[in-house]
Amino acid sequence: MPENTLLKPVKPVGIVGYGAYVPRYRIPAKEIARIWTGGKDSVPIKEKAVPGLDEDVATMSIEAARNALLRAPVNPQEIRAVWVGSESHPYAVKPTSTIVAEAIGAAPNVQAGDWEFACKAGTEAMVAAIGLVGSGMAHYAMAIGMDTAQGRPGDALEYTAGAGGAAYLLGPAEESLAVINATFSYVTDTPDFWRRPEQKYPQHGLRFTGEPAYFKHITEAGKTLMEASGTTAKDYRYAVFHQPNTKFPQRVAGILGFTKEQIAPGLLVPVIGNTYAGAAVIGLTAILDIAEPGDRILMVSFGSGAGSDAFDILVTEAIKERQGRAPKTQDYIARRTEIDYGTYVRFRDKLAK
Amino acid sequence: MEIPRHWRLKQQRYSLVGETCPHCEAKIFPPRDVCPTCGGEAKTQYTFSGKGEVFSYTTIYEAPSGYDETAPYTVALVKLEEGPIITAQLTDLGDQPVEIGMPVEMVTRKLRSENEDRGILIYGYKFRPVLSRAA
Ligand SMILES: [Zn+2]
Repeated sequence: MPENTLLKPVKPVGIVGYGAYVPRYRIPAKEIARIWTGGKDSVPIKEKAVPGLDEDVATMSIEAARNALLRAPVNPQEIRAVWVGSESHPYAVKPTSTIVAEAIGAAPNVQAGDWEFACKAGTEAMVAAIGLVGSGMAHYAMAIGMDTAQGRPGDALEYTAGAGGAAYLLGPAEESLAVINATFSYVTDTPDFWRRPEQKYPQHGLRFTGEPAYFKHITEAGKTLMEASGTTAKDYRYAVFHQPNTKFPQRVAGILGFTKEQIAPGLLVPVIGNTYAGAAVIGLTAILDIAEPGDRILMVSFGSGAGSDAFDILVTEAIKERQGRAPKTQDYIARRTEIDYGTYVRFRDKLAK
Repeated sequence: MEIPRHWRLKQQRYSLVGETCPHCEAKIFPPRDVCPTCGGEAKTQYTFSGKGEVFSYTTIYEAPSGYDETAPYTVALVKLEEGPIITAQLTDLGDQPVEIGMPVEMVTRKLRSENEDRGILIYGYKFRPVLSRAA
């Protein structure tokens, strides 16, 4: 294996603060099945989170970023980048990240940009933030993965396309609640899922979504990261993978040698849906909420198009004191108001006007 | 309201930035550079905690233009824990009834979209029931 296989910054970098966000409303998958198949289909998850009428990726990112700052004793004016990864930015032209940077008090001396790589836009921003901090260019950088995913009415994606995500404040390892030992990325040109400009709903290349896309990229990224780090699944207390449905992450965990117990705390898709760019990163917040110093965590994202970013993370002593400073991910999951398909149609702007 | 006014107001609207009086320490919102309590000059920026309680409220069924997308909605007078009383929409109520004295917290939300789907999106503060947290 070549010497520079793993991505490692010059100066060690870690997570100084993290924060999650999940909207209040839930639509059970059975309610969607009731409309389209008379409830006869087996459903891929229990329910998914639906944003309220006044929510979008900007407002959701603001709340997650504020939670990250509650956990990090940091002056927001010292943040040098606010990067938001999503495939549901509220504007086609005008950054989400400037709105977030302004709202958290990080403007004006800050890099701000929106990242796009389907469901791995958030981890792409995290890797870049590690580089910015690890090179010494910035002391702190905020990376966010957040989505309000949409599925065409009646499409298989409608059962799972959820809303939520997480924000990470990256900073020097010595100030961190978890150190990022290394990352590794695996990217190819694969046509598994896309959305052309001005199309509201995405398309998927059915034969391509499983084996050559999701499974290939996650296993290559995860396997190589562990080989190059000299670790196996047994060295990790927890693992979290991109989660478009319940079965895919369970199966890929098995392929990489992880048990059901290792992935359970981060497997949120059954109760909030597939949060796209938010999926792997919000799973990690639920793990950090319960992690102990010394726990090692593997996170592997997946974005269609296609690629995976794998992270080798080591929890530090600072975790215990910061976990309780902001709402936990399970607090947001417990805040739950069920809606029917009619309300869902209104909330998600699916009515023809 | 035109774009320049939205732009000038963004800090106070996004994150409840007001002022604190250097003479009597009163907290001031919206910012007006003069202390309503002692009349002294007050230009020191102060970011409110966002915590408060419902002082009174009413539900709007016939919304003014630009706000009709989210109608019906509830508007409240919120008494901030630092003292000032401000008018704001309540959000994320779900099926929760609103009560006088209900503890609320500030969130930044989409207030409205100008010119339907073509104009700018206006973001600002609203209040929601305080998120309950497991011990
Ligand atoms: Zn005064």
